[in-house]
Amino acid sequence: MKHISKALMLMAVLAVSACTNPDRFGGAGGGAGSGQYGAGAGAGGVIPGSANDPRSTAYFQQNVGDRVLFAVDQSSLSPQAQATLDGQVQWLQTNSDYLAVIEGHADEQGTREYNLALGARRANSVMEYLIARGIPASRLKFVSYGKERPIAICSEESCYNQNRRAVTIISAGGLTS
Amino acid sequence: MRQILTGVTLAAAAAMTLLAAPVAMAQNGPLRITITEGVIEPIPYAVPSFVAESAAAQSYADQLSRVVADDLSGTGLFREIPRDAQISTITSFQSPVQFADWKAINAQALITGAVDVNSSGQLVVKFRVYDVFAGAELGEGMQFAGTADGVRRMAHKVADQVYSRITGETGYFDSRVVYVSETGPKDRRAKRLAIMDYDGANLQYLTDSRSIVLAPRFSPNGDRVLYTSYETGEPRVHVLNVGAVQSRILPTASGLMSFAPRFSPDGRSVVYSVTRGANTDIFRMDIASGSTTQLTTAPSIETGPSFSPDGSRIVFESDRSGTQQLYIMSANGGEPQRISFGAGRYGTPVWSPRGDLIAFTKQNAGRFHIGVMRVDGSEERLLTASFLDEGPTWAPNGRVLMFMRETQGAQGASSLYSVDISGRNLKRVPTPEGASDPSWGPLQ
Repeated sequence: MKHISKALMLMAVLAVSACTNPDRFGGAGGGAGSGQYGAGAGAGGVIPGSANDPRSTAYFQQNVGDRVLFAVDQSSLSPQAQATLDGQVQWLQTNSDYLAVIEGHADEQGTREYNLALGARRANSVMEYLIARGIPASRLKFVSYGKERPIAICSEESCYNQNRRAVTIISAGGLTS
Repeated sequence: MRQILTGVTLAAAAAMTLLAAPVAMAQNGPLRITITEGVIEPIPYAVPSFVAESAAAQSYADQLSRVVADDLSGTGLFREIPRDAQISTITSFQSPVQFADWKAINAQALITGAVDVNSSGQLVVKFRVYDVFAGAELGEGMQFAGTADGVRRMAHKVADQVYSRITGETGYFDSRVVYVSETGPKDRRAKRLAIMDYDGANLQYLTDSRSIVLAPRFSPNGDRVLYTSYETGEPRVHVLNVGAVQSRILPTASGLMSFAPRFSPDGRSVVYSVTRGANTDIFRMDIASGSTTQLTTAPSIETGPSFSPDGSRIVFESDRSGTQQLYIMSANGGEPQRISFGAGRYGTPVWSPRGDLIAFTKQNAGRFHIGVMRVDGSEERLLTASFLDEGPTWAPNGRVLMFMRETQGAQGASSLYSVDISGRNLKRVPTPEGASDPSWGPLQ
């Protein structure tokens, strides 16, 4: 139990540093790859850590889908979001040594503190869905960034709908026992 | 006959003692303006360069009068008559004022001053305010002494006195603002806490930008700052001692997000939000003991708490009705009363230090506004409108609001603005980088 909480703390640190790295999430469409993990992908064989490696973060981001989007001021999950999360459930069940932090976000059309709480609602919706589908709560944690970390920076709906998101950040948790 | 007014410690280092001594008989003239909601014709005034009473004081004389003029003219209530229009010059603080020369240029108020360096190396600043048309002094002359690095503060104290004597209101110039300094693009914005004089001078950074920091709030006497930091991975409330620049995390529920902190008027407790699952509620913590009380229990988002100045009530925002609205409850919790009923969404309520008004952010039809309403929700007035105006904070006298304005688009950036509660005198507050989330501290 003790090293689980240590691992969670480490994950939190990773999540924060990830957030400061724009390459971490790749492009908006999910197909742009990740500078960190995607190098060498597509060269033929399965390169560990590449998008061809089904255990990799890059694979999770690009093939499973690491994020779901929300309507304005809403935290309910659309059928499309639920389908993405079903894929996440499957992946997390297969890769049971991975932990996940769900990051909730809001677009800039709201006040800072309210958006923090709104981002938490969104992240919590995802977390509750994953738990309801059988992922142990001990592997999951959420944090809200409110409107602090938009992924798309224009001031139009085409950007806002990418920013109203909950992103599942996975990490090998060290739960090897 | 000298009398110590107050002792002040400058955060930087040097202590500054302020001394006041009457140097003339008090006499109230008719020069008076009442700050109302109507359009005010600014009072024309003159503030000639202060008289340097020794060679060592020379370099401070002009700076003092410049800062006084910037303070007064910056309110929009006063209009300076430029030096080149002035007929008389003030070469001695003691010589009688030639009122006819100041009447001729239509100066209704005249401020004269002198500065010297005393035997212990302190600056000694004297000033007098005249009602030119009454041909008489307005209030008593005063004298301040302090170290040279406090020269701007001494000028602010002079201006506060002038403002107070003419408007009958307490001033706000000798005060500081803590805010979030911002650099970098919107998706990678780096944020750190900064503190400065109300006019942007004497900027100092209080944190580095390794962790996201949000929404600092001054304690009632300005000695501490509450803020939210991602230092531990999730947002948690921290308290920072301004003098020592040392911070610690408040013992809020571990592993849960805590944010939106504000001090009680006695500075002994903090109200803030905690998120548990989808639910965000307001809690109160006694700082000394760390004991907490949950003040709201609705399953909705309750945040942005702010105490009434007497500490008996708390205004906050909640989306229990379906959208963000403002509510007031007892400082001990209990059933709240909704006070906002207009179109749109209302957030970030802040109780005026005078107790009469609530300032807020309003979002309606794609625009953001800073506004004020009475405590019962009546007489709502919107003071600003833009793509994104947010997070008002009150000047210590409850007459001016400072807030954040963010521009639209991919290159959008934040800066600080101030506006009178009449909606007049909207202006940008100078900061060297982007700036958000201001909190205006007390009069020092």
